[in-house]
Amino acid sequence: MSKNNTVSGRKGREPITDTKLLLTITICVFFAMYVLAMLIWGGGFLKPQQFINLFNDNAYLIILSCGLTIVMISGGIDISVGGVTALVTMCCVVFLNSSGGSILGSLCIALGIGLAFGLVQGLLVAYLDVQPFIVTLAGMFFARGMTTIVNKVPATVTMEAFKALKDMRIEISWLGAQSKGGWIPARIELGAVIALVVVLAVFVILRWTRLGRNIYAVGGNNQSALMLGINVKRTKFYAHLFCGLLAGIAGYTFLLHIGAANPAGDANMAEMKAIASSIIGGTLLTGGVGNIIGTLFGTLTLETIRNIVVTSGLKEPWWQSITYGAMLCFFILLQSVVLARRGKGGLALPKWLNFGKKKSDDESAT
Amino acid sequence: MSKVKTVMQKNSQLIIPLIALLAIVLFNVIRCVVIGNFSFFEIRLTENTNILSGNVINILKDASELAILAMGMTLVTSASRGQDISVGASAAIAGSVFVKILLANPANWGVIIIAILASCVVAMICGAFNGILVSIFKIQPMIATLILYTVGRSIAYWINGGATPTIAKDHPVLYLGGFFPGNPIPTPIFIVIICAIIFVLVLKFTNLGLYTQAVGINEKAAHLNGINPIKMKLLTFIILGVCVALAGVIRVSRLALINHETILLGVEMDAILAVAIGGNSLGGGKFKLSGSIIGAYVIEALTNTLYAMKVASTDVKAYKAIVIILIVVMGSPVVKKHTSRLWSKLFKKKEIPATAGASSSKGGM
Amino acid sequence: MQKDIVLTMRNVSKAFPGVKALQDVDFTLRKGEICALMGENGAGKSTLIKVLTGVYHMDAGQVNIAGIDKAITIRSPQEAQNMGISTVYQEITLCPNLTVAENMFIGRGKYNFINWRDMEKKAKEILDNLDIPARPSQQLSNCSLAVQQMVAIARAVDADCKVLILDEPTSSLDDQEVAKLFALMRDLKSKGVGIVFVTHFLEQVYEVCDSITVLRDGKLVGEYDIKNLPRVQLIAKMMGKEFDDLSALNKKEISSTEDGETPVLEAFGLSSAAGVKPFDFKIKKGEVNGFTGLLGSGRSESVRAIFGADRITGGKVKMHGKTVRIAKPIDAMKQKIAYLSEDRKGDGLIADLSVRENIILALQVKKGFFKPFSRAEAEAFADKYIKLLEIKTASADTLIGSLSGGNQQKAILARWLLTNPEYLILDEPTRGIDVGTKVEIQKLVLKLASEGMSITFISSEIEEMVRTCSRLIVMRDRKIVGELSSSEITQDNIMHTIAGGGNS
Repeated sequence: MSKNNTVSGRKGREPITDTKLLLTITICVFFAMYVLAMLIWGGGFLKPQQFINLFNDNAYLIILSCGLTIVMISGGIDISVGGVTALVTMCCVVFLNSSGGSILGSLCIALGIGLAFGLVQGLLVAYLDVQPFIVTLAGMFFARGMTTIVNKVPATVTMEAFKALKDMRIEISWLGAQSKGGWIPARIELGAVIALVVVLAVFVILRWTRLGRNIYAVGGNNQSALMLGINVKRTKFYAHLFCGLLAGIAGYTFLLHIGAANPAGDANMAEMKAIASSIIGGTLLTGGVGNIIGTLFGTLTLETIRNIVVTSGLKEPWWQSITYGAMLCFFILLQSVVLARRGKGGLALPKWLNFGKKKSDDESAT
Repeated sequence: MSKVKTVMQKNSQLIIPLIALLAIVLFNVIRCVVIGNFSFFEIRLTENTNILSGNVINILKDASELAILAMGMTLVTSASRGQDISVGASAAIAGSVFVKILLANPANWGVIIIAILASCVVAMICGAFNGILVSIFKIQPMIATLILYTVGRSIAYWINGGATPTIAKDHPVLYLGGFFPGNPIPTPIFIVIICAIIFVLVLKFTNLGLYTQAVGINEKAAHLNGINPIKMKLLTFIILGVCVALAGVIRVSRLALINHETILLGVEMDAILAVAIGGNSLGGGKFKLSGSIIGAYVIEALTNTLYAMKVASTDVKAYKAIVIILIVVMGSPVVKKHTSRLWSKLFKKKEIPATAGASSSKGGM
Repeated sequence: MQKDIVLTMRNVSKAFPGVKALQDVDFTLRKGEICALMGENGAGKSTLIKVLTGVYHMDAGQVNIAGIDKAITIRSPQEAQNMGISTVYQEITLCPNLTVAENMFIGRGKYNFINWRDMEKKAKEILDNLDIPARPSQQLSNCSLAVQQMVAIARAVDADCKVLILDEPTSSLDDQEVAKLFALMRDLKSKGVGIVFVTHFLEQVYEVCDSITVLRDGKLVGEYDIKNLPRVQLIAKMMGKEFDDLSALNKKEISSTEDGETPVLEAFGLSSAAGVKPFDFKIKKGEVNGFTGLLGSGRSESVRAIFGADRITGGKVKMHGKTVRIAKPIDAMKQKIAYLSEDRKGDGLIADLSVRENIILALQVKKGFFKPFSRAEAEAFADKYIKLLEIKTASADTLIGSLSGGNQQKAILARWLLTNPEYLILDEPTRGIDVGTKVEIQKLVLKLASEGMSITFISSEIEEMVRTCSRLIVMRDRKIVGELSSSEITQDNIMHTIAGGGNS
């Protein structure tokens, strides 16, 4: 009788799950990169504020990436999130500047728009079985189009209460840097806090709730999940709904950071950055594998690269994209190689029932 | 009657794109009736320059790059079971190489041909890059092409030395994007026709279609039947590379300049849409090239109609989105199931017991 | 509902476009009864099961389950589970990316939050009870297929069910694992669970079942007590006609003294990346040879190495005495070797293509990329083999995915016969096939051999090998441990060689 159920051949010790392996790699690379940056360029990288700014400046991206990770784990994709962010930002600006504007109201609008997109897209993908790429592509078109329809030109929030919220900072007095004007404590923006709360919430949901585990199951194998008694359609629906909601929150966070809306340039390529973050964080597009901590580090890694590029003096505008691309390429290849060595033959093809890597088994489903 | 039925069944996937096209035409007919003039459909021969012009011509001309890209994208989607989102960026690179060679050399046809070949080679290299990631490293196409998507336009920028070079007004290459002297039909339309003919010939006289579909449907089975899935996938990406080069060349010749940021921006999405509207599965496998080509014209007709209705260019996207959703929902498997149920209820098909067609080996239907 | 009956299905009908899969079928299951559901492919077994498990909705009929007075409607697998119907499917319907423990409990019952520790503890108990070699926190895809199947069984069994449906559960299990499964089934039986056992393995049916329900062409033939239905009668009822006596098949006795003749194929020290240890092999013209051994012993890997399907890591191959290089399938095909793989669905069928396209595929690839067959040629080939092998299909244009298992297998066989091979490798050609087609295939093998084709035949049913092979290679743990020829080929000898004299 074959007791052969370990892959790496280390007898007695269980091989690490895919998710954990990819996560470990991502975290290691991030820290290695940051430490290297500190050593090579010192300066800004040694200041804690620089690290905290990773969260401050990219809070919306972190939240978007969380949403995208959820959808990707369920086996789908959502490329409308950038557009939704822009739309939410613009609508909130217009609302806040109008006579009836209120912070609570704008929050409702943000969440409402996000939910609406998630709802419609979720219905189409889950219940009408339309390809998620197309549906969310249309969603992106719609959102971007609506943004200009709502307001053609860039606009800034003039409402005082909101501006106060935007300028609110949580100060950590013991963390900071000495500068000409004295000791400047490290400052955390509201957006960063929201982002961290979201990450935590998503982590809990994915790990400990029924819905979260169902999302993993559905992404792992649609057909099996159905046979196991999971309501696949409902699960996919909720995944998209959730992603839409997070896009709405991201839009609001974006507004909190920038305080203005620009129909042409807001959150450009944000969806691609969010996908890249998820991938770097160890999420597989084919579904079933992914974790939110990895995604968080994925986003941080991407943005750190950007900082490094800026600091290292590569001024020409093409360097940022090229380094983004190179980083992405590195992680993609790494994932592929790592998974291949575990005998999976690289990233599995979607809808593959059972990629029985062990061709040595004579047994296989007829 | 049964022959018609078989033809209809074989081409059943073309029903959706054809209906979509018909619907747009019908919509415009109604619109013209309402506003009282049919200028939308007018095709005029301009007096001085003797070239065809009019909306319909514009639609055919503007869809050229998209149609060519859709053809290549169909093959890639079929074999690799995913989408290539880098075609716009690769076209920017190809276009940049094209312009660079043109501007560095005297303006004659020899140079133009060499420039076209060079941009083909460059685009094929981009395709090979994507192809290798997908076929050898077994990376999902959308992820693999995300790299070039991110980096491509910056590479184009770098090739152009940080500028957006323009081509002189009297350069003969502009004929490619416009009209050859004495020819009333816009050149891009010709190029599309030639491209389509080449594709059809290749599909007819080689096993490209069969191998690609086999690899897309069941790669392991294809391998055991002697097909080399890695080579096939790579081949489809390289073919797409040629299409990308053509698209880039046409667009550059039309605009007489290359702006890495804006050239063919978003065309990858439209190309994927064209493939989907054409009834092809984005998950790979069986395909019908004609579907994608029709899909490309559907998209262009839609955009053109919106412009004719004086919709602002920034707003077009929103309307486009709604129409796309309608088309794709119509083609969704769930909707299809319900309509076919209605169909069979209307026509009360006789039900055959379990041992269908037991004795007939020819079994024609 | 009668006291001892746990499930009744009455007048169940289900039709698909063009096909009446079930017509007025009755089915009764008693408490503590193990009932075999049998019938050829296309008989309706699979449909009946899927109706019971909520995958399909029946068009007409009534289902009653013990404990619920009214007739029940099962709309989804979830509902079936909730009503006490547990199922283990033929394909492994678990999620490879989740852990073993998660796979055992996900989707069941009412819970909102996961308690990992609890779940893994419970899982460990069950795994230990059933002696399954897997850890609760292990990722499922890191377990072998057999273990995965056992986890699926463990899940179904744990669900406190009234009815347990096992759809071909033993195809991936070796004898010891099958014995464990049967012990489990008997245990459940004593607890009053009704078990539906769908299988093609006749021996297993007679070993563990109490009754047999036979379906044919979507209709019920009858429900019988196992004591009252000897094998031959069972097969007659399934096929609806008098049954050919299989033992009358004549196999060619290859005289082993024909050393002078050059073998069609010889392999020396052949090894592949799939883990086959270097082995030697040879086969003569017109010979039928077999590979046998327990599951996992390397039979498929060996023949795949001969065909070049896996990456070759060493060795030499000679055809008719000349050294040839076989590194990938096309090389083997050019040498007139053909290979029918064991996993029909996984790497045999191109499901969305037509029967015709599937049949001509191998020959087409052999002919070349730039030389596609004309429409007329392709039609001629396909029609010839559809007739020859009596493939039941509405037309050659039908998508092969819609044919029954047996007919699919015939089409794939046609594909390889079309290439006119000198050496044909058949890996489990009769698995998952109805009895009638099994017999046809075995007869065909002997006929082809008598016409000069060399054939390698691999089957899990030792009787088939005994009936058809003139030489049998026995494997254990990825290497060849013995070779039996002609009169030595008996079930006993085979068992002993596999067991290796002493150790099991």
